[in-house]
Amino acid sequence: MYQFNYHRPATLEEATRLFSEADDGFYLSGGQTLIPTLKQRLASPSDLIDLSGIEGMKGIEAGNGVVSIGAFTRHAEVAASGVIRETLPVLSALAGLIGDAQVRNMGTLGGSVANSDPAADYPAAVIGLGATVHTSSRTIAADDYFQDLFETALEPGEILTRIDFPVPDRAAYRKFPNPASRYAVAGVLVADFGGSIRVGVTGAGPCAFRATAMEEALSADLTPAVARAAEVPAGNFNSDLHASAEYRANLVRVMAERAVSDLLAE
Amino acid sequence: MSDTGIGASVRRREDVRFITGSGRYTDDINQPGQTYAVFLRSPHARAKISAVDSSAALAVNGVHAVLTGQDMAADGLGDLPCGWLVKQKDGSDMVSAPHPPLAHTVANYVGEPYGIVIAETLAAAREAAELVMTEFDELEPIVDLTGARGADQIHEGVSGNLAYDWELGEKAATEAALAGAAHVTRIDLTNNRLIPNAMEPRAALGVYESATGEHTLYTTSQNPHLERLILSAFVQVAPEHKLRVVAPDVGGGFGSKIFVYAEETAVIWAARKVGRPVKWTADRSESFLADAHGRDHVTHAELGLDADGRFVALKVQTTANLGAYLSTFGSSVPTYLYGTLLAGQYATPNIYVEVAGVYTNTAPVDAYRGAGRPEATYVVERIVETAARELGRDPAELRRLNMIRPDQFPYETPVALVYDTGDYEASLDRALEHVDYAGFPARRAASEAAGRKRGIGFACYIEACGLAPSQLAIQLGAGVGLYESGEIRVNPTGNVTVFTGSHSHGQGHETTFAQVVSDKFGIPFEDVEIVHGDTGRVEFGLGTYGSRSLAVGGSALVSAADKLIAKGRKIAAHMLEADVDAVEFSDGQFLVRDSNQALSFGEVAFAAYVPTNYPTDLEPGFSEKAFYDPENFTYPAGTHIAEVEVDPATGVVTLVNFVAVDDFGHVINPMIVDGQVHGGVAQGAGQALLEHGIYDDFGQLVTGSYMDYCMPRADDVPDFLVDTTVTPCTHNPLGVKGCGEAGAIGSPAAIMNAVTDAVGDNGLSMPATPEKVWRALHG
Ligand SMILES: Cc1cc2nc3c(=O)[nH]c(=O)nc-3n(C[C@H](O)[C@H](O)[C@H](O)COP(=O)(O)OP(=O)(O)OC[C@H]3O[C@@H](n4cnc5c(N)ncnc54)[C@H](O)[C@@H]3O)c2cc1C
Repeated sequence: MYQFNYHRPATLEEATRLFSEADDGFYLSGGQTLIPTLKQRLASPSDLIDLSGIEGMKGIEAGNGVVSIGAFTRHAEVAASGVIRETLPVLSALAGLIGDAQVRNMGTLGGSVANSDPAADYPAAVIGLGATVHTSSRTIAADDYFQDLFETALEPGEILTRIDFPVPDRAAYRKFPNPASRYAVAGVLVADFGGSIRVGVTGAGPCAFRATAMEEALSADLTPAVARAAEVPAGNFNSDLHASAEYRANLVRVMAERAVSDLLAE
Repeated sequence: MSDTGIGASVRRREDVRFITGSGRYTDDINQPGQTYAVFLRSPHARAKISAVDSSAALAVNGVHAVLTGQDMAADGLGDLPCGWLVKQKDGSDMVSAPHPPLAHTVANYVGEPYGIVIAETLAAAREAAELVMTEFDELEPIVDLTGARGADQIHEGVSGNLAYDWELGEKAATEAALAGAAHVTRIDLTNNRLIPNAMEPRAALGVYESATGEHTLYTTSQNPHLERLILSAFVQVAPEHKLRVVAPDVGGGFGSKIFVYAEETAVIWAARKVGRPVKWTADRSESFLADAHGRDHVTHAELGLDADGRFVALKVQTTANLGAYLSTFGSSVPTYLYGTLLAGQYATPNIYVEVAGVYTNTAPVDAYRGAGRPEATYVVERIVETAARELGRDPAELRRLNMIRPDQFPYETPVALVYDTGDYEASLDRALEHVDYAGFPARRAASEAAGRKRGIGFACYIEACGLAPSQLAIQLGAGVGLYESGEIRVNPTGNVTVFTGSHSHGQGHETTFAQVVSDKFGIPFEDVEIVHGDTGRVEFGLGTYGSRSLAVGGSALVSAADKLIAKGRKIAAHMLEADVDAVEFSDGQFLVRDSNQALSFGEVAFAAYVPTNYPTDLEPGFSEKAFYDPENFTYPAGTHIAEVEVDPATGVVTLVNFVAVDDFGHVINPMIVDGQVHGGVAQGAGQALLEHGIYDDFGQLVTGSYMDYCMPRADDVPDFLVDTTVTPCTHNPLGVKGCGEAGAIGSPAAIMNAVTDAVGDNGLSMPATPEKVWRALHG
């Protein structure tokens, strides 16, 4: 780690001001991505602005068909939350699959979605449930939020504050974990909103995306076999040490097939 | 049997400190005035080091020195030696490329150290290391093992990058027998490169006392005396009597801490140069790059069978990756620890093996849990299983037909070993029973019905442990004898301090050895203290590897104990006014036969130190030592059976059942032995299914962290069923064989046989990752 100045602002305004005043400021949330990067000396921020003191970024609320979760909510809190288990069980199940207990006890929803790791789990839910991302200055629709590898619609200094997840009739998430890191090699969230199906995919491409062809096919005929046979945009899938693009395309179909089975079994 | 004696599952006394965080590892040791070291490491797989400019680094506050390979060479330090000389086919010596501890002209793998930065704090050392400006001239790296022999030469004078071309066995007879065989099975195998990953990374702390000229090196070593010997005799860091090496608690080694590395050499040298203690602890990224790796073979093998299914010949051709330099024992692993084991448990009359040991621009490769024997077992057990499939024979029965029978011992193999004893069918039968072999077809049908594929696979392995009869080992090229030392000091109050030259880095010697000694003397377990890992306290030793500690080190303790008992009988005879021949020792009592006269062990010990009524021709004191040199290797053997389920949609393999029945000879502590097998099988499952050290074409290690290098975890393995059969070793006093590596030796072959049973062979190689298995299924 290199030296940096540490701040723990109490309000959003103070946080964004600190950011604009810093030479090279970084927000710190759960630190599960940022701290390892600092320890490996891969980043040298001038200032770390810790978001843990901002009350407005915490809390879980449900109502009007929406579950609203503060960005500074730890994965373990989402996994254990009674409100979420009751109204949006797919999300607590998803959170419970992230990393390991240590990571879940520190990592946060906002940190994960702001970071937009191509293999992170939450983005599948943001896309698959058609969530709304609130920031320090505006709201962003899920479909406009993820842009490319580690690239989101967030502007420099913009803070992700809450995410509103619409509650579907039913939904399920299936993840194929990387055997080493346990991040998603492919993760698929299938949600049924009154017969209209949304499919959010993570792990496979540069960032989370909607599998539109599969959505159409499943909206017409919601069966596991249809999911398995659906077309997926394998052309720009990731290919790495752990999985080729072709294998990832297979995994997306298989995870979708299994998610549909789970969803129908509900 | 007492509840702490031989055969009892005594809880490991060392675990109390380990699991309460009160162990004392190298990094826990701090010295007044201590400084911190960071190594300069090559970012290139192959590059000339043209210039090192440390001016900016030296300007950092708190930096004491930036020392380079040039400085070390100028101080006259020698190269790191390879301790095993392999003779080539033509009788010439292997070609050992010079291995300077710190590179000074060329760097030959990513992570190779070429300098050391020493500073008041670790942060300052890190900062300074980044400011060292090194000019490299990059050269084309040689990374691909199979292409290395035809590639550009890495080391001067090593043509074809060939360290050696070695053979064992009768080539002509083997080829003739293959030509005449009714059936020949051919197989091509890759034994994947593994990265050891002991829980505690390597560390070293060098201390120099200018007043006395004494050097002390605290380091993560499996064999501190050997480290001292090499550092003084070859590297010439300090004379042996001015160098103390301490290996305190060591958190796992698996072979990777046998070797003498650059870093410990550099810190002890640097401590003298800067006049301050110097400490270095590897971070995990350094461990990945710069610990010696394991395995990495490519092999073609042919097995000939007669019309009845009897093996008539086995021919094996292996290319072994030795990495950029020959590590301490790197040359011996793919030769004498590999080729000699290719008979397995079978009476194959003709065996021939040739091994090309090849240099590449990758980290050095050396012994890793099993060291050569997992590779040998992998060849033998994969080809035997394949032969059974080709011939439509039951794989268990084909093995049984070919096993060496109990009445054939001692059995001389065609590859230089004489097996002393064994009963291979006994462990096979027990394992078949435990796995419910008869019930397998029903289990397979149930899996199929649930949409999964199921496979079963065997490995009937043998290993040679208890390294080693010194004369034989030296004849085969070892640079040192391989006996072990032991010393028992009975204190005047009757409790006992035991010094062993073997080293525990997780094996539980403090418990097992105390069981042996307390049992021997009939004294309480609590009265026995085990000391190891310090050249300042233990006279000499060759350390722990190759499952040798109990068979060799334990036997040395038995010899020392016998000497004490003999002396005690003389003392007791004098005190009881009896004839020495009439004095017996049992259950902690020296007794005069046919009388009720007796003295306790403690009373005799006291008399030896306070000799009031004492034989005039006997020296006082009650302490003895022994060097035990084994007559032969020991030959643990057994049957491992794996059962797997495969999800055909994803290729995920689940190890659902694993049975290990091992013959380790007599077992001192069954709980510890079970634990050793559990850990070994988990490691073998790691090799078979998860772990792979991969370099890209540029020689960059792409599996350099746990994000990409997959270690086995608890949920990757099933509840193992482990059991033992016993044929006592015939040539050591405890009848023990060694159990530390068996789990990692048998399991990769058993698991891969099970996976290929489930999905077909299709050239599937380890690790059988989901995508590879999926491709094997779907083409
Ligand atoms: C061993 C391990 C395993 C993991 N496995 C998984 C897994 O299986 N699935 C998975 O999804 N993730 C996994 N993760 C990642 C984990 O979920 C992280 O917590 C997450 O990626 C980042 O969240 P964080 O709160 O830790 O953010 P931080 O590390 O604090 O921040 C990450 C980045 O986002 C920025 N940032 C943080 N919060 C905000 C905000 N509110 N507004 C704007 N920018 C912000 C930071 O400046 C930083 O650049 C794993 C991590 C580890 C270490």
